[in-house]
Amino acid sequence: MVDAKKARETREPVVGENVVRVDGAAKVTGGARYVDDIPPMPGELHGATVRSRVPRGILRAIAFDPSFDWSDVTVVTAKDVPDNVVQLIVDDQPVLAAERINHMYEPVVLLACSDKAKLARAYAAVTLDIEPLPAVFDMEESLAAETVIWGEANVQNRYLITKGAADTDESEAAIDVAIAACEVVVRGSYSTHHQEQLYIEPNGMIAWWDEAGAHATGSLQCPFYVHKAFKRCFHLEPEQIHITQAVTGGGFGGKEEYPSLIALHAALLAKKSGRPVRIIYDRVEDIEATTKRHPSRSWIESGCDRDGTLRALKMRVMMDAGAYVTLSPVVLSRGVLHAGGCYRWADVRIEGIGVATNTPPNGAFRGFGAPQTIWAIERHLDAVARQLGLDAGELKVRNMLVEGDTTSTSQTLRGSVGGTECVERAFEASDYLARRRAGPSVLGRKARGLGCAVFMHGGGFTGSGERMLKGKVAVDLLAGGRLEIRSGSTDIGQGTETVFAQIAADAAGIPFEHVSVAVPSTTHVPDSGPTVASRTVMVVGAIVERAAKELAARVEASRRPGETFAAAGDRLLAKEGPQSALVQYEPPAWVNWDDKKYKGDAYPVYAWMCDVAEVEVDLDTFEVKVLNFWSAADVGKAIHPLMCKGQLEGGSLQAIGWALSEEVVWKAGAIVNPRMTNYIIPTALDAPPFETFLVEAPYEHGPSGGAKGIGELPMDGGAPAVAAAVEHATGLIINHLPLTPERLFAAWLNSEAAQ
Amino acid sequence: MKVAFKVNGVQRHVDMAPLARLLDALRGPLGLAGAKEGCGEGECGTCAVLLDGVPVNSCLVPIGQCDGREVVSVEGLGAIGHLSPLQACMAEHGGAQCGICTPGMLIAAEALLRRNSDPTAHDVRTAIAGNLCRCTGYERIVQSILHAAYELRSSDKGAAE
Repeated sequence: MVDAKKARETREPVVGENVVRVDGAAKVTGGARYVDDIPPMPGELHGATVRSRVPRGILRAIAFDPSFDWSDVTVVTAKDVPDNVVQLIVDDQPVLAAERINHMYEPVVLLACSDKAKLARAYAAVTLDIEPLPAVFDMEESLAAETVIWGEANVQNRYLITKGAADTDESEAAIDVAIAACEVVVRGSYSTHHQEQLYIEPNGMIAWWDEAGAHATGSLQCPFYVHKAFKRCFHLEPEQIHITQAVTGGGFGGKEEYPSLIALHAALLAKKSGRPVRIIYDRVEDIEATTKRHPSRSWIESGCDRDGTLRALKMRVMMDAGAYVTLSPVVLSRGVLHAGGCYRWADVRIEGIGVATNTPPNGAFRGFGAPQTIWAIERHLDAVARQLGLDAGELKVRNMLVEGDTTSTSQTLRGSVGGTECVERAFEASDYLARRRAGPSVLGRKARGLGCAVFMHGGGFTGSGERMLKGKVAVDLLAGGRLEIRSGSTDIGQGTETVFAQIAADAAGIPFEHVSVAVPSTTHVPDSGPTVASRTVMVVGAIVERAAKELAARVEASRRPGETFAAAGDRLLAKEGPQSALVQYEPPAWVNWDDKKYKGDAYPVYAWMCDVAEVEVDLDTFEVKVLNFWSAADVGKAIHPLMCKGQLEGGSLQAIGWALSEEVVWKAGAIVNPRMTNYIIPTALDAPPFETFLVEAPYEHGPSGGAKGIGELPMDGGAPAVAAAVEHATGLIINHLPLTPERLFAAWLNSEAAQ
Repeated sequence: MKVAFKVNGVQRHVDMAPLARLLDALRGPLGLAGAKEGCGEGECGTCAVLLDGVPVNSCLVPIGQCDGREVVSVEGLGAIGHLSPLQACMAEHGGAQCGICTPGMLIAAEALLRRNSDPTAHDVRTAIAGNLCRCTGYERIVQSILHAAYELRSSDKGAAE
């Protein structure tokens, strides 16, 4: 007979192993239930949203066609909303527009009906009388504030980061002097465009009311965001709100804050009709109405030595928040905090400005401001290298932050700085230096080139965010020595459930199969904080580990000689009742952040990555194909190496899509291409083969031997690496995304090559 | 219109308007929610099923054209506890993340492996080019399908010997 205790003690650890993901079987059999797969509840209605279709104006009246039979249609307008605010950071966004219209897709009227076909007719029977007002679509026009569309002067937020010389004089004078003293000065401007998350499962929610209160279940990243939004809008007690995640078909930030609005809409209709209501966006509505990546413009002036040693950086970043604030202050914050890149600067002045426009609010999207500023700083470093006659890769290596260096916010990097190794691995695998020196290879009308990007991305909430957030998880002891993790962190495809189970199994010393993860429902799980900011594994995973250890220690303490863990656990449950460990996150004590001066430990640690892209440019059509993509990422500790690589590759392809083909086309505040037919994301034939290397420079406070957050990291590097490769292949310098054939052709027409 | 057709090997009947979508027949009266609606206009491939062995986007197929024909959806490939080698490889080798594209991706891969037991990576990419995935970057999907092809070839060889 196998000694159970011994078997447990000799149990194979699962951290570092590619276990089969726990939701794998359900997902490959069609058994996983996404929101629209949930069978209709008795009496359920379909809901629809009537939108403004005017970018800015005053809502004068809503007309309902009197010849239409409204008897079985539920109608909700702003008058039916108890507290007409979408709770987030600033109270500026209504749940339904009451008077002011601030963008083209502003929700105004909600309709519900059991018959989908009749619902479509009802939708057509509503007419909005909106008096148009002049609208603002351009960031600089917004900043000029000739037309005021938000607050007093359209500016939602400003940040200023200073270091060295700029500390003594926050005006531009001191940094200008520092730059002027440098041997080489380089200036440039850079810009990025909107990007749609384009999760393949559109947004959707089902809501209903009963004696327990309000319920909503659907596709979402952050159940407690929805919970807070309900508390505010309906003035409910926390225990009257029950928000549950359905299996979620991708999020990438697009299901961070927006699901609150859909859930509120469904709940308003459900409340008024007394029936369950399901709202599932079709693709067009999803692309039109939901959030996108903030467009940005950056102006950089930098000074360095002739040998390429960087000295001083002056940078101004502007982001387009759209019509309402939503999460823009935090996006801009992460943007400015990453704006100096992964480089050593003695003197820094980075200014960030968020302005409003009459476009749908921009919001969370993987990278959260950092891809925009890293695009700018990486392209700028390429420009510096060009001016110095150095290879950009060599320039970047020479100036990369290493342990003990200070960042733009004067944070000293204390360890887990794996950037150098990432560069070595990616350069070696791609033969970067030799191939760059050899120059582009031109075969007929096709030119090939190589480019690189080097970057770091902070894990967890910015600055003092985690300290204020106080994320929690609970681990329960179940019968048979099993553990269940209760957490508000959601699995949206990235593998949270699997990785949490791996962390807990090894922490408790029990088999992986003996750990389960509860469905995130606000009624049953503690608030672990949102599933965002590369924080789930690194921050929440760390408290999963602590809770599992604490609970296992309790079982161990009560264990009799020769008794199995399961038997000891069962006896403990019988004797003392339910056993649970609730743990709250505490950032490392040394994390010190000054929110006023924007100085200090912006993030406790950074994940690192180096990308090398090889492209082929068709010199007749200017189509760009990415032939190969090598990357190496310092993930701290790879708990599930295969899923780590999956995150890195998927994020890199989103970045490549952003760089080459994805473009939201606007016309007077409306999106011209809200379909998968004309908003082009990469297919399997567009995607390069990925060769991905994992580097492990453990973070002392990360779970399972030092894991860091990597969810957003890969979004930062793809675009600048591709642009550098296009430059290597063709000599065309593109500082403004996207690199579509039309734009490359225009650049070629303006270049010497065309003369 | 009454339509009689074979779904995952079983004779089924639906009574729907002839222009109703096969996707709605599957997800509605037939109770098969495996095929998903990602775009409703044939771009994303999440609703793919085999129609007489050929992968089609079921959002673009009128139910009236299905009478007497044979449909295989992801539910017809294998069930939990009885995964096909292709399904198992997709779960084991990182081919499924959020999983929403997975049913259609499996159908496209199944169609490929039925006609080509030894595909190249490029063959695989071509076969799944009509199926969009936003999570994986496709690399692990391609690897999963190549693993499945290898396993299927190995087991065929084993059976032949």
